[in-house]
Amino acid sequence: MIPLLFGITIICFVVMHLAPGSPTDLETQLNPRASADYRERLRAMYDLDKPMHEQYILWIGKLVTLDLGMSFSQDRRPVADKIFERIPITIAINVISMILIMAIAIPIGVLSAVYRDSLFDKITSVFVFVGFAIPTFWLALLLMILFGVHLGWLPISGIRSLNFEYLPPGTAFLDLIKHLILPVLLSAFGGLAGLSRYMRSNMLEVIRQDYIMTARAKGLSERVVIYKHALRNALLPVITILGLSIPGLIGGSVIFETIFAIPGMGQLFYMSVMSRDYPLVMGILFIGAVLTLLGNLFADVSYALADPRIRVS
Amino acid sequence: MALAGGLVVILLFAVSVFAPWIAPCDPNQINLQKVLMPPSADHLFGTDQLGRDVLSRMIWGARISLKVGFVATGIAILIGTLLGAVSGYYGRWIDTIIMRFVDIMLCFPAFFLILAVVALLEPSIWNIMLIIGLTGWMGITRLVRADFISLKERDFVSAARAIGAGDLRIIFVHVLPNAMASVLVAATLGVAGAILTESALSFLGIGVQPPTPSWGNILTAGKDNIDIAWWLSLYPGMAILITVLGYNLLGEGIRDSLDPRLRGS
Repeated sequence: MIPLLFGITIICFVVMHLAPGSPTDLETQLNPRASADYRERLRAMYDLDKPMHEQYILWIGKLVTLDLGMSFSQDRRPVADKIFERIPITIAINVISMILIMAIAIPIGVLSAVYRDSLFDKITSVFVFVGFAIPTFWLALLLMILFGVHLGWLPISGIRSLNFEYLPPGTAFLDLIKHLILPVLLSAFGGLAGLSRYMRSNMLEVIRQDYIMTARAKGLSERVVIYKHALRNALLPVITILGLSIPGLIGGSVIFETIFAIPGMGQLFYMSVMSRDYPLVMGILFIGAVLTLLGNLFADVSYALADPRIRVS
Repeated sequence: MALAGGLVVILLFAVSVFAPWIAPCDPNQINLQKVLMPPSADHLFGTDQLGRDVLSRMIWGARISLKVGFVATGIAILIGTLLGAVSGYYGRWIDTIIMRFVDIMLCFPAFFLILAVVALLEPSIWNIMLIIGLTGWMGITRLVRADFISLKERDFVSAARAIGAGDLRIIFVHVLPNAMASVLVAATLGVAGAILTESALSFLGIGVQPPTPSWGNILTAGKDNIDIAWWLSLYPGMAILITVLGYNLLGEGIRDSLDPRLRGS
């Protein structure tokens, strides 16, 4: 955990210094009145006048107190503030879509393994293959055209209507849900194919095991064998897979939040990239990696809790 | 199914090689009298916001996709195979360092890392290929390492060592060819992944820059004209879907034929 965190800071730092020229160029080049003296002061302000290793140590020192520097954008606000006010919506969308992924993919995987080579299995196989190949941002566009433009059922941008403040609480909640349906469904779609296929092969593997034969041999009904003995064992590795899918979900939020204009961390990242707001880019890169790390840690701990074999050793 | 995938891949190769002859129009010919025309006999897939023929732009876009897919995957394979081979063959502290590095790289949401680097460098097609390659080698490293760990204990490696072959010779001449099967599968699936990533980047406006046509940046125009021009959104996405599907099917087919144990799973 600690070595990984250390490595993450090094990669962030290296990426930050990949930029040709100095990050402050953007500011001084656009400003004709920026004198050589001002440039020097600016460089000193961002510690760019010191040797690399000193810069790194200074940066780490600030990082520990969650001081990620000031944004280059007009408002000059601390990067940490800008990020943390946008994290909740991103995490909320990702958690909901993860729950959706599990709720849909696990039954699909289990059923297509139990009824192997049935019509259901074949249809879901096709669905899985297409699901792997479909660019989700394109699917988002098509659904926006269908539900937003042609049918007019769902709004296609933002997370609330313009008159949100004047709506009664019930309607306001409904408004929020209507805005979030498409982004959440699409964000979940990306993970569906992977998990259902994984679940299927897991289940097929488990059904072949000796203890399943034992369960059948002692006369348990097929229902108990499949849904109690086999399912519980096939579900275990899913925890790890969910942990592994976190970076993909967080990364994907850039695309969804940009397409649907959702004010989350992904959209903030996209805007910071477009405006070359280096402190913000690095801040989000770092926070994104830390979130992934925490997600994996969480998955490891839950796995240990769920699987007695690991707990013992 | 693998055959269908292979067919799609071959067809795409043909389209990109013969793009100048197949394309009905010049992909960059602007015609302001024919802006956003729906599909018709003259323009099978319609025209875009500058009156350019969408079909021709998609045909030239196939070239870009293929180029990005292959170069990016090539870079990833090169790095992944080298690091995986060294890691698996030498083991011990070299292995620990490389595998730790892989773990660290995997902590970063790939799309975040790619965007951050794009923000620092100029978004050009060469930078895109480089970045997609540099952020996509970790899986291949793990595969090759696993192959090397099991292969290096085999008798033919001991035999090679007995007749005096050096480490380099054993790695590249004796062990690596035996590990190429999994690399080939990973490469085929990797091309599909790289094409998807490139189209997403271009769609967001930080990949291949207009006027160079790419499937992703035609889709950007589709989003900008979402309420009037459905054809700008529909066809390029279909092209991406079919291409990626083709590579995935081919990859799975290769895997099944190389390793019959996995068939049907």
